[in-house]
Amino acid sequence: MITKIQLEIHMKKYIDTGKKDTRSGFGAGLTELGKSNENVVALCADLIGSLKMNDFQNNHPERFYQVGIAEANMMGIAAGMTIGGKIPFTGTFANFSTGRVYDQIRQSIAYSGKNVKICASHAGLTLGEDGATHQILEDIGLMKMLPGMTVINTCDYNQTKAATKAIADYKGPVYLRFGRPKVANFTPEDQVFEIGKAVQLQEGNDVTIVATGHLVWEALEAAEILNEQGITADVINIHTIKPLDESTILKSIAKTNCVVTAEEHNILGGLGESVARVLAKNNPTPQEFVATQDTFGESGTPSQLMEKYGLNARAIVDASLRVVSRK
Amino acid sequence: MPDINHLNNLVVQVRRDILRQVHKVNSGHPGGSLGCAEFLVALYQEIMDRKSNFQMDGIGEDLFFLSNGHISPVFYSVLARSGYFPVEELNTFRLLNTRLQGHPTTHEGLPGIRIASGSLGQGISAAIGAAQSKKLNHDTKIVYTLCGDGELQEGQNWEAIMYAAGNDIDNLIVTVDYNKQQIDGATDEVLPLGNLRAKFEAFDWEVIDIKNGNDLDSILNGMKIAKDKTGNGKPVCVLLHTIMGNGVNFMMHTNAWHGKAPNDEQLEEALKQNPVTLGDY
Repeated sequence: MITKIQLEIHMKKYIDTGKKDTRSGFGAGLTELGKSNENVVALCADLIGSLKMNDFQNNHPERFYQVGIAEANMMGIAAGMTIGGKIPFTGTFANFSTGRVYDQIRQSIAYSGKNVKICASHAGLTLGEDGATHQILEDIGLMKMLPGMTVINTCDYNQTKAATKAIADYKGPVYLRFGRPKVANFTPEDQVFEIGKAVQLQEGNDVTIVATGHLVWEALEAAEILNEQGITADVINIHTIKPLDESTILKSIAKTNCVVTAEEHNILGGLGESVARVLAKNNPTPQEFVATQDTFGESGTPSQLMEKYGLNARAIVDASLRVVSRK
Repeated sequence: MPDINHLNNLVVQVRRDILRQVHKVNSGHPGGSLGCAEFLVALYQEIMDRKSNFQMDGIGEDLFFLSNGHISPVFYSVLARSGYFPVEELNTFRLLNTRLQGHPTTHEGLPGIRIASGSLGQGISAAIGAAQSKKLNHDTKIVYTLCGDGELQEGQNWEAIMYAAGNDIDNLIVTVDYNKQQIDGATDEVLPLGNLRAKFEAFDWEVIDIKNGNDLDSILNGMKIAKDKTGNGKPVCVLLHTIMGNGVNFMMHTNAWHGKAPNDEQLEEALKQNPVTLGDY
């Protein structure tokens, strides 16, 4: 029997330093970019407060563009602003950053190879009470299918802030996905964000848990519960879904021989399918998927929704037990 | 003073280029291309202040964005004959591995192209973005864009048109190829555009009509007026009244040649009406 104190020692690298929203991490990163990189410009479609872009707007009004409720135009303007050397960051909800403007992103940004950073808040079910019209669960799939698009889904405030700064230094289109609720903030403040490089959070031998976004903290909690049951988990934070860090995943699977993927996204088109593709090609391995099951969301509190749709630590534990039994 | 004779010769040669490109691959869009030959020749030869070496960022020079990307044959011909790439490359139009894709793209690295177009309604937004970059860079040059009239049925245009006026994008000249035709027929039959001048004016744009959009003098005069109206707090719209298929008598005044290539006999007849001036590619 491991006591709670022992667990905290075991997990001490990943202590929640206080719940914060990932969107505020974006806002803080953008604020720093405003000071450090004069080519960074920001565009928003009538959601400045929700995207936490106020500081950038106040500090650099000449580099901030309120586009109004016109997301298609925003994507086109952003594409055009790269001509002349600007690095545009667009901000709106994930739904309006992807599905609503897919063709604009496809032609004017991705196919045209434009250096636009599409920054998307309120992704997934944790947007909460607004319901399914605003809770996109298909955006990772939409964006990862676009040739040349980098897809990033950060897990907490610190990582979102670091990612926001990192993508300004990368030349090419990026989709940066984050969310609305306050969640555990456990990534070290000084951790360097490396696009396409997974973060190994914990070592274990029995199961690999590959998680992204809000599910990363849930994966750490699940690993604690599993540990109590004598199952040790490799926990990998896949913040970059494309390009996927295949070698880190394969190295872990070579040890554990099974994997659980966890994401706040539809099972179709998400991280799980990307991992399955890598495994099918390189090392066919039992896999269980923690994801929504080809469904729309609904109104509710974030935690109610994550519980109802099976996107929490308990769901990851159950999936881990299932996958271990399949080895 | 512009050498109108030379420009007219170039227009005729561009027509030949358009016809030969689409004939060779039995695909492409000759109608709208022919209708805009005079405009693009005037724009690239006389109106725009361009640098000889193509740089994507286009700092310190006027920029052009083609929104109605399907008229790529005229765009490619004018770009080649303005020195962006060898005219011989027009031979590769729409062929496998070409830089001259069916619709213009930056993807294959063709000099002169700054954004992909083809899926309609996106050019004005991109042009606004480029115009905003120019303002941030204290670059006083102008951004031009051309869009089809039928293309204005796409909603994104009206987001962009509202935005440009609301944000004083006054280093932008949007030209509408006002030929009143689209694939399925006359715009009045497909989806009436109504009074375009009144619409742009209601959005607080400066509007200029070029009544004969296939006449070089009219284009040069009209675009000078348009340019004079920049820098005054308002975006500028040019309604360029053109004839689809202009310069080939059996292609004119109809939408039939919007996206259809001539056969061998039709090509011969069309070329006969436009004898070689500067030399075929």
